[in-house]
Amino acid sequence: MAERPEDLNLPNAVITRIIKEALPDGVNVSKEARRAISQAASVFVLYATSCANNFAMKSKRKTLNAADVMAAMEEMEFERFLQPLRESLEAYKKGQKGKKEASEQKRKDKEKKTDVEENEKSREEENEEEEDEHMEEEQEGENGGEEEVEN
Amino acid sequence: MSSEKVDASSTMNSKNVSLPMSRVKLIMKSSPDVSSINQEALFLTTKATELFVQYLAQCSFKRGSGREKKTLAYCDLANAAEETDTFQFLIDILPKKILARDYLRSLEEMGEVEDD
Repeated sequence: MAERPEDLNLPNAVITRIIKEALPDGVNVSKEARRAISQAASVFVLYATSCANNFAMKSKRKTLNAADVMAAMEEMEFERFLQPLRESLEAYKKGQKGKKEASEQKRKDKEKKTDVEENEKSREEENEEEEDEHMEEEQEGENGGEEEVEN
Repeated sequence: MSSEKVDASSTMNSKNVSLPMSRVKLIMKSSPDVSSINQEALFLTTKATELFVQYLAQCSFKRGSGREKKTLAYCDLANAAEETDTFQFLIDILPKKILARDYLRSLEEMGEVEDD
């Protein structure tokens, strides 16, 4: 399904799921109602963005930030969202911090590994003979199994 | 099966959002005068939209006459938009439906008033 760039709708499947989870079990939602809620959600995003942008412009900023969005919610009379949003934001920030640390740790590990490999290489060169013997033993074991197949 | 369960709880999980932030960003950027949006603002808007969908669905459903409702229909939404303050901004996109003949009748009546 080709998505036009001007498709400002939210995915139906996700909207439907959110609606179903919000309502009691067994309640049906008509197709029209679903479509209407989806459109309402898009309008909500636009309204919230426009509102938040006003706050940003008042502070002479060009980038919308979290405080602008929170202020917009209050302006739009959705104070009921403020507490859950604050909690979600904290969890989100922790998650982002965790991800950042994880990727930094990965990078550090990679650097460490390269160092270790370089050390091992120089050690390998010293112990070459010993290792070759070990390798031959392993190969014989493997070849034993393969010989039958070749026959 | 177990992975589906995880998905269901993640909607309610405050750490995650179900709606794609990339799509929400597209909508936000279509707004005039918006230059850039920081990541936290995008997350909050996405999360707020999910809360809004839940709230709109629940409000519209509860408005029923108190008898057991089994279906959420379009008219429930239109009624909620008209009767709830916080949904006033939706009035234009959730108009109440009227029968064509009623509309035509009201047009005629308007015509008569103007003639006088």
